[in-house]
Amino acid sequence: MAHDHDDHEHGSELSEMQLRVRALETVLAEKGYIDPAAIDAIIEAYETKVGPHNGARVVAKAWSDPAFKRALIDDASKAVVALGLMNRVGDHLIAVENTPKLHNMIVCTLCSCYPWEVLGLPPVWYKSAPYRSRAVNDPRGVLADFGVELPADTQIRVWDSTAETRFMVLPMRPAGTEGWSEEKLAGLVTRDSMIGTGLPKRPNEV
Amino acid sequence: MDGIHDMGGMHGFGKVEPEPDEPVFHAAWEARCFALNRAMGYTGVWTIDQGRASREELRPDIYLASSYYKKWELGLERLVVALGLAGADEIDAGHALRPGKALPRKLAAAEVPKTLTRGSFARPAPAPARFKPGDRVRTRNIHPTTHTRLPRYARGKVGTVEALRGCHVFPDTVAIGKGEHPQWLYTVLFAGRELWGESAEPSLTVSIEAFEPYLEPA
Repeated sequence: MAHDHDDHEHGSELSEMQLRVRALETVLAEKGYIDPAAIDAIIEAYETKVGPHNGARVVAKAWSDPAFKRALIDDASKAVVALGLMNRVGDHLIAVENTPKLHNMIVCTLCSCYPWEVLGLPPVWYKSAPYRSRAVNDPRGVLADFGVELPADTQIRVWDSTAETRFMVLPMRPAGTEGWSEEKLAGLVTRDSMIGTGLPKRPNEV
Repeated sequence: MDGIHDMGGMHGFGKVEPEPDEPVFHAAWEARCFALNRAMGYTGVWTIDQGRASREELRPDIYLASSYYKKWELGLERLVVALGLAGADEIDAGHALRPGKALPRKLAAAEVPKTLTRGSFARPAPAPARFKPGDRVRTRNIHPTTHTRLPRYARGKVGTVEALRGCHVFPDTVAIGKGEHPQWLYTVLFAGRELWGESAEPSLTVSIEAFEPYLEPA
């Protein structure tokens, strides 16, 4: 991390925060508000079960099955549940489709809203001031930070997640993947391609 | 509130720095802080918008100088103390000095899988929707000192209603304990140049999710 305000976090703040969080957890547990075993279970779930592998399966299915793709664009919450990957997702998931003429990018300028069920917890950069400030007025510059350059005539559409609706990008299927299985296609789908700050991998990249 | 959290369009924060192979958490305390927030949220003592407001109300210098999960820790402390669930003296001591209050519910480990799904924020509509897709609207130029989800960069701007997203809990009231007051929610699309003037790329469009009270006919 290059920013001044981040530099000291990894030294003194680390131990300070370890102690602070431990103190808070102890107080809340002794008060009877939380069960430390539940805390362990939450961490385990978010480290192992929830993550962008779920979203990648959704995208690969949409690339392979036109009826599913229509259902996904029509009502992503319903379509994802019907896929059987997750018992339920929240009621307000929306999938937005990239085309050769239109590139979608997702941000939450006010905090860190992000489609946890399909993408897991957001990366640090998604929650950072540089991304939250610039995605809405300089998305092409943000893409350059990710090493992504789109054709000049591709329109960019930014979705600011200012309510409980949650967005995921349906990226374009890479060329040269005809006849690929859904499983193999899912291996091309990066987390960033579902946020709109990246593109799927090309067949020669896997 | 017109706080430091409302970052859309600000300059000077520098480049976005992606981290290859980023872990879910960067330290054990981040994971525990995240999970503590989830478990305390489950008790039903506060709403998601009260949680957001508690972080937004951090002093701007503290907000900017704190990592993401440090903000979550500070926000959680603020709520716990403000609602009388624990004292600052107890957090400083690292132990409960007084008995806890009775809370509506407590998260057990076996219940955790159920909490991985977000709850629904949709509510029955108290009135028909005022706008429909295609309508031109102007966002109101409001500056409440309390929680709102209308970002500063999109106030007083003309856009087009693109979609109606149902009737949802209204963050502006629920965050200050004044009830859910369900409101219609719309995706409103703006031309980049309406928001940023000539500096925006001509074809850029930006949408926000706007609650009906944020909008008036244009």
